[in-house]
Amino acid sequence: MATVDHAAHPPVAHQSSRVDARTLGMFLFIASEIMLFGSFFTAYFFVRVAAGTPWPTPPYQLPVFVAGMNTIILVTSSFTMHWALQSIKRGNRAGLKGGLVLTFLLGLSFLLTQILEYSRIGFTPHTDAFGTIFFCLTGLHGAHVFVGLTLLATATIRAFRGHYSPEHHHGVEIPGIYWHFVDVMWIVVYTTVYIL
Amino acid sequence: MPNPLRSEGEAFRFLLGAVVYFAAIAIAGVINEWAGLVVFIVLTIAVLVWWWRAQKREAKPVEAMAVPHGPDDQRRILVVANETVGGAPLLDKIKELATGSNARVLVVTPALNSPLRHLTSDEDAARAAAQSRLDRSLAALATNGVQARGQVGDGDPVQAIEDALRTFGADEIVISTHPEGRSNWLERGVVENARERFAVPIHHVVVDLSREPG
Repeated sequence: MATVDHAAHPPVAHQSSRVDARTLGMFLFIASEIMLFGSFFTAYFFVRVAAGTPWPTPPYQLPVFVAGMNTIILVTSSFTMHWALQSIKRGNRAGLKGGLVLTFLLGLSFLLTQILEYSRIGFTPHTDAFGTIFFCLTGLHGAHVFVGLTLLATATIRAFRGHYSPEHHHGVEIPGIYWHFVDVMWIVVYTTVYIL
Repeated sequence: MPNPLRSEGEAFRFLLGAVVYFAAIAIAGVINEWAGLVVFIVLTIAVLVWWWRAQKREAKPVEAMAVPHGPDDQRRILVVANETVGGAPLLDKIKELATGSNARVLVVTPALNSPLRHLTSDEDAARAAAQSRLDRSLAALATNGVQARGQVGDGDPVQAIEDALRTFGADEIVISTHPEGRSNWLERGVVENARERFAVPIHHVVVDLSREPG
Protein backbone atom coordinates (compact mmCIF):
# COMPACT_ATOMS: atom_id res chain seq x y z
CA MET A 1 0.00 0.00 0.00
CA ALA A 2 1.43 3.37 -0.98
CA THR A 3 1.02 5.70 1.95
CA VAL A 4 2.99 8.71 3.08
CA ASP A 5 2.50 9.65 6.71
CA HIS A 6 3.36 13.17 7.75
CA ALA A 7 4.37 14.48 11.16
CA ALA A 8 1.73 14.27 13.84
CA HIS A 9 2.37 17.85 14.89
CA PRO A 10 2.43 20.23 11.96
CA PRO A 11 4.30 23.53 12.19
CA VAL A 12 2.47 26.54 13.55
CA ALA A 13 0.53 28.13 10.74
CA HIS A 14 1.66 31.48 9.47
CA GLN A 15 -0.87 34.24 10.01
CA SER A 16 -1.24 34.76 6.27
CA SER A 17 -2.30 31.17 5.78
CA ARG A 18 -5.21 31.79 8.14
CA VAL A 19 -6.80 34.43 5.90
CA ASP A 20 -10.08 33.17 4.57
CA ALA A 21 -9.98 33.58 0.80
CA ARG A 22 -13.65 34.46 0.47
CA THR A 23 -13.45 37.06 3.22
CA LEU A 24 -10.37 38.57 1.62
CA GLY A 25 -12.10 38.64 -1.75
CA MET A 26 -15.14 40.36 -0.30
CA PHE A 27 -13.10 43.04 1.39
CA LEU A 28 -11.07 43.62 -1.77
CA PHE A 29 -14.33 43.99 -3.66
CA ILE A 30 -15.68 46.47 -1.09
CA ALA A 31 -12.39 48.37 -1.13
CA SER A 32 -12.36 48.65 -4.92
CA GLU A 33 -15.98 49.87 -4.98
CA ILE A 34 -15.31 52.39 -2.22
CA MET A 35 -12.27 53.72 -4.08
CA LEU A 36 -14.11 53.89 -7.38
CA PHE A 37 -17.22 55.66 -6.12
CA GLY A 38 -15.13 57.57 -3.57
CA SER A 39 -13.07 59.20 -6.30
CA PHE A 40 -16.23 60.40 -8.03
CA PHE A 41 -17.78 61.61 -4.78
CA THR A 42 -14.57 63.47 -3.96
CA ALA A 43 -14.89 65.36 -7.23
CA TYR A 44 -18.57 65.97 -6.46
CA PHE A 45 -17.91 67.40 -3.00
CA PHE A 46 -15.01 69.48 -4.30
CA VAL A 47 -17.16 71.06 -7.00
CA ARG A 48 -20.13 71.59 -4.72
CA VAL A 49 -18.55 72.47 -1.37
CA ALA A 50 -14.94 73.59 -1.90
CA ALA A 51 -15.52 75.46 -5.17
CA GLY A 52 -18.98 76.60 -4.05
CA THR A 53 -20.60 75.85 -7.39
CA PRO A 54 -24.42 76.14 -7.19
CA TRP A 55 -26.09 72.73 -7.32
CA PRO A 56 -27.65 72.41 -9.81
CA THR A 57 -26.26 75.31 -11.82
CA PRO A 58 -29.09 77.76 -12.67
CA PRO A 59 -31.24 77.59 -14.73
CA TYR A 60 -31.06 73.78 -14.75
CA GLN A 61 -33.23 71.60 -12.51
CA LEU A 62 -32.69 68.00 -11.51
CA PRO A 63 -35.71 65.69 -12.06
CA VAL A 64 -36.00 64.82 -8.37
CA PHE A 65 -39.48 63.29 -8.70
CA VAL A 66 -38.64 61.04 -11.66
CA ALA A 67 -35.41 59.95 -9.99
CA GLY A 68 -37.41 59.31 -6.81
CA MET A 69 -39.76 57.03 -8.75
CA ASN A 70 -36.70 55.34 -10.21
CA THR A 71 -35.37 54.86 -6.67
CA ILE A 72 -38.62 53.15 -5.66
CA ILE A 73 -38.35 50.91 -8.75
CA LEU A 74 -34.81 49.91 -7.86
CA VAL A 75 -35.54 49.28 -4.17
CA THR A 76 -38.59 47.23 -5.20
CA SER A 77 -36.34 45.16 -7.45
CA SER A 78 -34.29 44.23 -4.40
CA PHE A 79 -37.44 42.87 -2.76
CA THR A 80 -38.24 40.76 -5.85
CA MET A 81 -34.64 39.54 -5.92
CA HIS A 82 -34.91 38.51 -2.27
CA TRP A 83 -38.22 36.80 -3.05
CA ALA A 84 -36.63 34.87 -5.92
CA LEU A 85 -33.88 33.49 -3.70
CA GLN A 86 -36.21 32.68 -0.82
CA SER A 87 -38.44 30.85 -3.31
CA ILE A 88 -35.73 28.54 -4.60
CA LYS A 89 -34.58 27.88 -1.04
CA ARG A 90 -38.09 26.54 -0.42
CA GLY A 91 -38.16 24.61 -3.69
CA ASN A 92 -40.60 27.01 -5.33
CA ARG A 93 -39.33 27.21 -8.92
CA ALA A 94 -42.23 29.38 -10.11
CA GLY A 95 -41.35 31.94 -7.46
CA LEU A 96 -37.70 31.84 -8.50
CA LYS A 97 -38.54 32.45 -12.16
CA GLY A 98 -41.13 35.11 -11.36
CA GLY A 99 -38.82 36.92 -8.96
CA LEU A 100 -35.90 36.93 -11.40
CA VAL A 101 -38.02 38.09 -14.34
CA LEU A 102 -39.55 40.88 -12.25
CA THR A 103 -36.15 41.94 -10.94
CA PHE A 104 -34.74 42.05 -14.46
CA LEU A 105 -37.71 44.05 -15.78
CA LEU A 106 -37.56 46.51 -12.89
CA GLY A 107 -33.81 46.95 -13.38
CA LEU A 108 -34.32 47.46 -17.10
CA SER A 109 -37.06 50.03 -16.36
CA PHE A 110 -34.63 51.88 -14.12
CA LEU A 111 -31.95 51.96 -16.80
CA LEU A 112 -34.34 53.03 -19.57
CA THR A 113 -35.82 55.74 -17.35
CA GLN A 114 -32.34 57.02 -16.63
CA ILE A 115 -31.50 57.12 -20.34
CA LEU A 116 -34.77 59.00 -20.95
CA GLU A 117 -33.85 61.37 -18.13
CA TYR A 118 -30.48 62.05 -19.76
CA SER A 119 -32.10 62.89 -23.09
CA ARG A 120 -34.48 65.45 -21.53
CA ILE A 121 -32.40 66.92 -18.74
CA GLY A 122 -31.30 69.97 -20.72
CA PHE A 123 -27.57 69.94 -19.98
CA THR A 124 -24.68 67.72 -21.01
CA PRO A 125 -21.35 66.63 -19.50
CA HIS A 126 -19.76 69.48 -21.48
CA THR A 127 -21.99 72.19 -19.98
CA ASP A 128 -19.95 72.82 -16.82
CA ALA A 129 -18.38 71.05 -13.84
CA PHE A 130 -21.81 70.36 -12.37
CA GLY A 131 -22.91 68.62 -15.58
CA THR A 132 -19.71 66.60 -15.75
CA ILE A 133 -19.97 65.35 -12.17
CA PHE A 134 -23.68 64.63 -12.49
CA PHE A 135 -23.25 62.48 -15.60
CA CYS A 136 -20.11 60.78 -14.24
CA LEU A 137 -21.72 59.76 -10.94
CA THR A 138 -25.07 58.64 -12.34
CA GLY A 139 -23.38 57.10 -15.40
CA LEU A 140 -20.98 55.12 -13.23
CA HIS A 141 -23.93 53.76 -11.31
CA GLY A 142 -25.78 53.07 -14.57
CA ALA A 143 -22.81 50.98 -15.74
CA HIS A 144 -23.09 48.95 -12.53
CA VAL A 145 -26.81 48.44 -13.21
CA PHE A 146 -25.97 47.23 -16.72
CA VAL A 147 -23.51 44.68 -15.29
CA GLY A 148 -26.14 43.61 -12.76
CA LEU A 149 -28.72 43.16 -15.52
CA THR A 150 -26.28 40.95 -17.41
CA LEU A 151 -25.84 38.76 -14.31
CA LEU A 152 -29.60 38.68 -13.77
CA ALA A 153 -30.21 37.71 -17.40
CA THR A 154 -27.79 34.80 -17.00
CA ALA A 155 -29.46 33.67 -13.78
CA THR A 156 -32.93 34.00 -15.33
CA ILE A 157 -32.01 31.95 -18.42
CA ARG A 158 -30.47 29.27 -16.20
CA ALA A 159 -33.59 29.24 -13.99
CA PHE A 160 -35.80 28.64 -17.04
CA ARG A 161 -33.45 25.86 -18.17
CA GLY A 162 -34.08 24.03 -14.92
CA HIS A 163 -30.92 24.95 -13.05
CA TYR A 164 -30.78 25.66 -9.29
CA SER A 165 -32.29 23.73 -6.43
CA PRO A 166 -32.95 24.34 -2.72
CA GLU A 167 -29.42 23.04 -2.00
CA HIS A 168 -27.56 24.65 -4.91
CA HIS A 169 -28.41 28.22 -5.82
CA HIS A 170 -25.10 30.11 -5.80
CA GLY A 171 -25.87 31.32 -9.32
CA VAL A 172 -28.79 33.30 -7.89
CA GLU A 173 -27.22 34.25 -4.57
CA ILE A 174 -24.13 35.96 -5.99
CA PRO A 175 -26.01 38.20 -8.50
CA GLY A 176 -28.43 38.94 -5.65
CA ILE A 177 -25.66 40.24 -3.42
CA TYR A 178 -24.30 42.35 -6.27
CA TRP A 179 -27.77 43.70 -7.07
CA HIS A 180 -28.41 44.81 -3.46
CA PHE A 181 -25.11 46.68 -3.41
CA VAL A 182 -25.93 48.39 -6.69
CA ASP A 183 -29.14 49.52 -4.99
CA VAL A 184 -27.26 50.76 -1.92
CA MET A 185 -24.94 52.80 -4.16
CA TRP A 186 -27.93 54.34 -5.92
CA ILE A 187 -29.46 55.36 -2.59
CA VAL A 188 -26.19 57.15 -1.75
CA VAL A 189 -26.10 58.80 -5.20
CA TYR A 190 -29.76 59.82 -5.11
CA THR A 191 -29.56 61.27 -1.60
CA THR A 192 -26.40 63.30 -2.19
CA VAL A 193 -26.87 64.36 -5.81
CA TYR A 194 -30.66 64.87 -6.08
CA ILE A 195 -31.93 65.54 -2.56
CA LEU A 196 -29.33 67.33 -0.46
CA MET B 1 -20.96 42.02 12.66
CA PRO B 2 -22.42 40.01 9.79
CA ASN B 3 -20.47 40.46 6.58
CA PRO B 4 -23.01 42.05 4.21
CA LEU B 5 -21.36 40.33 1.24
CA ARG B 6 -21.51 36.83 2.66
CA SER B 7 -25.10 36.05 1.80
CA GLU B 8 -27.96 37.57 -0.15
CA GLY B 9 -30.08 37.77 2.99
CA GLU B 10 -27.48 39.85 4.83
CA ALA B 11 -26.98 42.08 1.79
CA PHE B 12 -30.76 42.61 1.66
CA ARG B 13 -30.86 43.59 5.34
CA PHE B 14 -27.90 45.91 4.75
CA LEU B 15 -29.89 47.55 1.94
CA LEU B 16 -32.89 48.06 4.23
CA GLY B 17 -30.60 49.65 6.82
CA ALA B 18 -29.12 51.93 4.16
CA VAL B 19 -32.61 52.98 3.05
CA VAL B 20 -33.56 53.95 6.62
CA TYR B 21 -30.21 55.71 7.25
CA PHE B 22 -30.26 57.83 4.11
CA ALA B 23 -34.01 58.49 4.23
CA ALA B 24 -33.65 59.94 7.75
CA ILE B 25 -30.74 62.14 6.67
CA ALA B 26 -32.54 63.28 3.50
CA ILE B 27 -35.78 64.14 5.29
CA ALA B 28 -33.95 66.08 8.02
CA GLY B 29 -31.77 67.78 5.38
CA VAL B 30 -34.77 68.92 3.38
CA ILE B 31 -36.39 70.38 6.50
CA ASN B 32 -33.24 72.12 7.64
CA GLU B 33 -29.61 71.84 6.49
CA TRP B 34 -28.28 71.79 10.05
CA ALA B 35 -30.86 69.24 11.12
CA GLY B 36 -29.62 67.02 8.29
CA LEU B 37 -26.06 67.39 9.54
CA VAL B 38 -27.08 66.56 13.12
CA VAL B 39 -29.04 63.47 12.02
CA PHE B 40 -26.08 62.37 9.89
CA ILE B 41 -23.65 62.70 12.83
CA VAL B 42 -25.98 61.04 15.35
CA LEU B 43 -26.86 58.12 13.06
CA THR B 44 -23.24 57.60 12.02
CA ILE B 45 -22.09 57.51 15.65
CA ALA B 46 -24.95 55.13 16.48
CA VAL B 47 -23.95 52.81 13.64
CA LEU B 48 -20.28 52.88 14.70
CA VAL B 49 -21.16 52.15 18.35
CA TRP B 50 -23.46 49.31 17.28
CA TRP B 51 -20.73 47.91 15.01
CA TRP B 52 -18.11 48.15 17.79
CA ARG B 53 -20.39 46.40 20.29
CA ALA B 54 -21.27 43.71 17.73
CA GLN B 55 -17.54 43.09 17.17
CA LYS B 56 -17.03 42.61 20.91
CA ARG B 57 -20.02 40.29 21.19
CA GLU B 58 -18.77 38.13 18.31
CA ALA B 59 -15.18 37.91 19.51
CA LYS B 60 -15.91 35.51 22.39
CA PRO B 61 -17.82 32.77 20.55
CA VAL B 62 -15.15 32.65 17.83
CA GLU B 63 -12.35 32.20 20.36
CA ALA B 64 -14.31 29.66 22.36
CA MET B 65 -15.81 27.88 19.34
CA ALA B 66 -15.98 24.24 20.39
CA VAL B 67 -15.58 21.68 17.65
CA PRO B 68 -18.11 18.89 18.20
CA HIS B 69 -16.41 15.79 19.47
CA GLY B 70 -17.51 12.36 20.58
CA PRO B 71 -16.47 10.23 23.58
CA ASP B 72 -12.78 10.00 24.54
CA ASP B 73 -12.39 6.53 23.05
CA GLN B 74 -13.89 7.56 19.76
CA ARG B 75 -11.59 8.16 16.80
CA ARG B 76 -12.74 10.55 14.12
CA ILE B 77 -11.28 10.20 10.67
CA LEU B 78 -11.80 12.76 7.95
CA VAL B 79 -11.14 11.49 4.44
CA VAL B 80 -10.70 13.92 1.55
CA ALA B 81 -10.59 12.39 -1.89
CA ASN B 82 -11.99 13.00 -5.32
CA GLU B 83 -11.31 10.80 -8.37
CA THR B 84 -9.34 8.41 -6.17
CA VAL B 85 -12.16 8.09 -3.69
CA GLY B 86 -12.83 4.42 -4.49
CA GLY B 87 -9.16 3.36 -4.73
CA ALA B 88 -8.00 0.22 -2.93
CA PRO B 89 -5.07 1.89 -1.09
CA LEU B 90 -7.44 4.48 0.31
CA LEU B 91 -9.96 1.88 1.41
CA ASP B 92 -7.13 -0.11 3.01
CA LYS B 93 -5.86 2.97 4.87
CA ILE B 94 -9.31 3.82 6.17
CA LYS B 95 -9.82 0.23 7.32
CA GLU B 96 -6.41 0.31 9.01
CA LEU B 97 -7.20 3.50 10.90
CA ALA B 98 -10.73 2.45 11.76
CA THR B 99 -9.91 -1.07 12.90
CA GLY B 100 -9.77 -1.74 16.64
CA SER B 101 -11.33 1.50 17.73
CA ASN B 102 -14.68 3.14 17.96
CA ALA B 103 -14.16 5.08 14.74
CA ARG B 104 -16.35 7.54 12.90
CA VAL B 105 -15.44 8.23 9.30
CA LEU B 106 -16.49 11.25 7.25
CA VAL B 107 -15.65 11.21 3.56
CA VAL B 108 -15.55 14.62 1.86
CA THR B 109 -15.45 14.81 -1.92
CA PRO B 110 -14.63 18.30 -3.24
CA ALA B 111 -16.82 19.40 -6.12
CA LEU B 112 -14.05 20.08 -8.63
CA ASN B 113 -15.03 22.51 -11.35
CA SER B 114 -13.53 24.30 -14.35
CA PRO B 115 -12.36 27.90 -13.74
CA LEU B 116 -14.98 29.27 -16.16
CA ARG B 117 -17.83 27.37 -14.53
CA HIS B 118 -16.50 28.36 -11.10
CA LEU B 119 -16.52 32.05 -12.10
CA THR B 120 -20.12 31.79 -13.31
CA SER B 121 -21.16 29.81 -10.21
CA ASP B 122 -22.24 26.94 -12.47
CA GLU B 123 -21.37 24.16 -10.06
CA ASP B 124 -24.45 21.95 -10.23
CA ALA B 125 -22.83 19.40 -12.55
CA ALA B 126 -19.61 19.35 -10.51
CA ARG B 127 -21.54 18.70 -7.32
CA ALA B 128 -23.60 15.96 -8.97
CA ALA B 129 -20.44 14.25 -10.24
CA ALA B 130 -18.82 14.53 -6.81
CA GLN B 131 -21.94 13.09 -5.18
CA SER B 132 -21.88 10.17 -7.59
CA ARG B 133 -18.23 9.38 -6.75
CA LEU B 134 -18.97 9.77 -3.06
CA ASP B 135 -21.89 7.32 -3.23
CA ARG B 136 -19.69 4.70 -4.89
CA SER B 137 -17.00 5.23 -2.27
CA LEU B 138 -19.39 4.91 0.66
CA ALA B 139 -20.80 1.72 -0.85
CA ALA B 140 -17.27 0.31 -1.22
CA LEU B 141 -16.47 1.21 2.38
CA ALA B 142 -19.68 -0.45 3.58
CA THR B 143 -18.77 -3.57 1.62
CA ASN B 144 -15.43 -3.60 3.47
CA GLY B 145 -17.17 -3.25 6.82
CA VAL B 146 -16.48 0.44 7.43
CA GLN B 147 -19.52 2.54 8.19
CA ALA B 148 -18.92 6.07 6.94
CA ARG B 149 -20.95 9.08 6.05
CA GLY B 150 -20.08 11.53 3.34
CA GLN B 151 -20.59 15.01 2.02
CA VAL B 152 -19.72 17.01 -1.07
CA GLY B 153 -17.33 19.83 -0.21
CA ASP B 154 -15.95 23.04 -1.61
CA GLY B 155 -14.03 22.78 -4.89
CA ASP B 156 -10.86 23.82 -3.06
CA PRO B 157 -9.82 20.71 -1.07
CA VAL B 158 -8.16 22.73 1.72
CA GLN B 159 -11.30 24.81 2.09
CA ALA B 160 -13.35 21.60 2.05
CA ILE B 161 -11.24 20.29 4.95
CA GLU B 162 -11.68 23.50 6.91
CA ASP B 163 -15.44 23.43 6.35
CA ALA B 164 -15.62 19.80 7.49
CA LEU B 165 -13.49 20.46 10.58
CA ARG B 166 -15.96 23.07 11.75
CA THR B 167 -18.61 20.41 12.21
CA PHE B 168 -16.53 17.26 12.52
CA GLY B 169 -13.75 17.34 15.10
CA ALA B 170 -11.36 15.03 13.26
CA ASP B 171 -8.50 13.30 15.07
CA GLU B 172 -6.86 12.40 11.78
CA ILE B 173 -7.15 13.49 8.19
CA VAL B 174 -6.55 11.26 5.19
CA ILE B 175 -5.91 12.98 1.85
CA SER B 176 -5.95 10.77 -1.21
CA THR B 177 -4.32 11.85 -4.47
CA HIS B 178 -3.07 10.49 -7.78
CA PRO B 179 0.66 9.71 -7.97
CA GLU B 180 3.22 12.50 -8.33
CA GLY B 181 3.21 13.93 -11.84
CA ARG B 182 -0.45 13.10 -12.44
CA SER B 183 -1.91 14.79 -9.38
CA ASN B 184 -3.21 18.32 -9.71
CA TRP B 185 -3.59 18.43 -5.93
CA LEU B 186 0.07 17.58 -5.36
CA GLU B 187 1.09 20.17 -7.96
CA ARG B 188 -0.92 22.77 -6.05
CA GLY B 189 0.61 21.69 -2.75
CA VAL B 190 -2.71 20.68 -1.21
CA VAL B 191 -1.12 18.24 1.26
CA GLU B 192 1.56 20.73 2.36
CA ASN B 193 -0.99 23.52 2.67
CA ALA B 194 -3.24 21.32 4.77
CA ARG B 195 -0.30 20.40 7.03
CA GLU B 196 0.50 24.06 7.58
CA ARG B 197 -3.07 25.02 8.19
CA PHE B 198 -4.50 22.30 10.40
CA ALA B 199 -3.14 21.03 13.69
CA VAL B 200 -4.30 17.48 12.99
CA PRO B 201 -2.17 14.50 11.87
CA ILE B 202 -2.44 14.13 8.12
CA HIS B 203 -1.99 10.90 6.17
CA HIS B 204 -1.32 11.12 2.46
CA VAL B 205 -2.48 8.14 0.42
CA VAL B 206 -1.41 7.74 -3.20
CA VAL B 207 -3.85 5.88 -5.42
CA ASP B 208 -2.71 4.83 -8.88
CA LEU B 209 -5.95 4.23 -10.72
CA SER B 210 -4.11 2.66 -13.67
CA ARG B 211 -3.23 -0.24 -11.37
CA GLU B 212 -6.69 -0.53 -9.91
CA PRO B 213 -8.65 -3.64 -10.94
CA GLY B 214 -11.59 -3.00 -13.25
